[in-house]
Amino acid sequence: MSVTVRIPTILRTYADGAAEVTVDPQDQTVAGVIGALDLQAPGISARILDEDGKLRRFVNVYVDDEDVRFLSGLQTQTPERTVVSVVPAVAGG
Amino acid sequence: MSVLHDLTLDVDLPSAFGPAVALSCRECGSRYDLGAAYSCAECFGPLEVAYDFGTVTREQIEAGPASIWRYQPLLPVAPWAADEPNLAPGMTKLVEARNLAAALGVTGRLWVKDDSGNPTHSFKDRVVAVAQSAARRLGLTTIACASTGNLANAVAAAAARAGQGSVVVIPSNLEAGKTITTAAYGGTLLAVEGNYDDVNRLCSELIGEDITADWGFVNVNLRPYYAEGSKTLGFEVAEQLGWRLPEQVVVPIASGALLTKIDKGFRELVSLGLVEGTAYRVFGAQAAGCSPVAQAFDNGWDAVKPVKPNTIAKSLAIGNPADGPYALDVVRRTGGAIAAVSEEEIVDGIRLLAETEGIFAETAGGVTVATLRRLLADGRLDPAAETVVYNTGDGLKTLDAVADHVGVTATVRPRRDEALAALSARATTSEGSRA
Repeated sequence: MSVTVRIPTILRTYADGAAEVTVDPQDQTVAGVIGALDLQAPGISARILDEDGKLRRFVNVYVDDEDVRFLSGLQTQTPERTVVSVVPAVAGG
Repeated sequence: MSVLHDLTLDVDLPSAFGPAVALSCRECGSRYDLGAAYSCAECFGPLEVAYDFGTVTREQIEAGPASIWRYQPLLPVAPWAADEPNLAPGMTKLVEARNLAAALGVTGRLWVKDDSGNPTHSFKDRVVAVAQSAARRLGLTTIACASTGNLANAVAAAAARAGQGSVVVIPSNLEAGKTITTAAYGGTLLAVEGNYDDVNRLCSELIGEDITADWGFVNVNLRPYYAEGSKTLGFEVAEQLGWRLPEQVVVPIASGALLTKIDKGFRELVSLGLVEGTAYRVFGAQAAGCSPVAQAFDNGWDAVKPVKPNTIAKSLAIGNPADGPYALDVVRRTGGAIAAVSEEEIVDGIRLLAETEGIFAETAGGVTVATLRRLLADGRLDPAAETVVYNTGDGLKTLDAVADHVGVTATVRPRRDEALAALSARATTSEGSRA
């Protein structure tokens, strides 16, 4: 049940420079995807989640095109062929 | 004309970024070299410019050009920034709003900082000028942005003035007044079928692609520099008031950056001894159709819960405002408040400012004036204190917002009797409304 994770530029050092990583999580949720990602890109999980295991304040995670904060957060389902994007929050205007 | 400053060499000059010395994470304090970075590799926190100001005097600033470049000693730009091709924004009018004050029952002095007087008619010219300067120092030849419209104008025009390329990315449903004006300046204009938050995310994802290698997205990878440009809205107000701080300011909130940087500007002036450290309160203005920061304020939250925007105030329609938490901090620290106003109140706010002061604001200005009115009515803003409200854009760009609410008084044929009949009917109506 593979899921594609898109890695932001500042975290690509953890993933040998890769812009995308394919993972095959047992637990088909965002939390499961991040856990599986950390096995392939060790240390990356601690960049995305804080010490309490929550999403850091200035990181946005999207499941397909929806911000997980509008869905079920880290418990958002990630079925086969989902694309999960990790994007630093940035102000605009 | 000779090229005075080779782009690739400038980075090594100690003064290439003026008083700026590093980038620093607002969350964890990690420090980075000055560069095209915006997000902390440790915690994703936003990076800010760190400075070593040295001594700055009022005389030094007053001797500078009549633009934001007079504040060069307080900005992350080289001392020669004013001499490079740019739109030279800033030093817009601070208008004493006696009629508006009377209409709202304000007894203290009321001022409108009218930033529609900038080259492309919004405060965005300020932030773009600083980002454009940083782009030059960093060897980024194309300037780009994710925009709700005003920034689109500012980037495309600044690039045209400097003879450089631009790539502007906007939501496809923007007001015609913003899309057409941006397109007129040339450059690449990419419309995205989505809202501003989608556009912003897309631009963040484009960074790192080969095609964007020499692009500076002013509000993404150049954001630490860009945001500093908004401090000049604090500096100018203080200088225009005779080197002192107002007691209250009302500022529109989109990302939250403008509000936090006006406060930062005030605090820097105090810390450098350029103004006395008198107390001031910062108030925030949002449209009810996109009010994540106002909601967080009302609920006592430290974090901001994203929303899906639905408002005519498109320049404020950021549903996921990254600087929202910092705007909350500033408002709470200074004893201010944040209010959200309805679409009707926004239109009324635009009309009130136009009818009382001859200033035609865009929808964001309508939000700000309506918020001023609301906060006065709620007793949260002191009518006896000196207050500055910020109008950040020009109503000519958002004509649709008021098109159904105003119009001609009468239409007549070119005949004296018809004109007189229409005009005397108008006189009767006016007298009736005054009575």
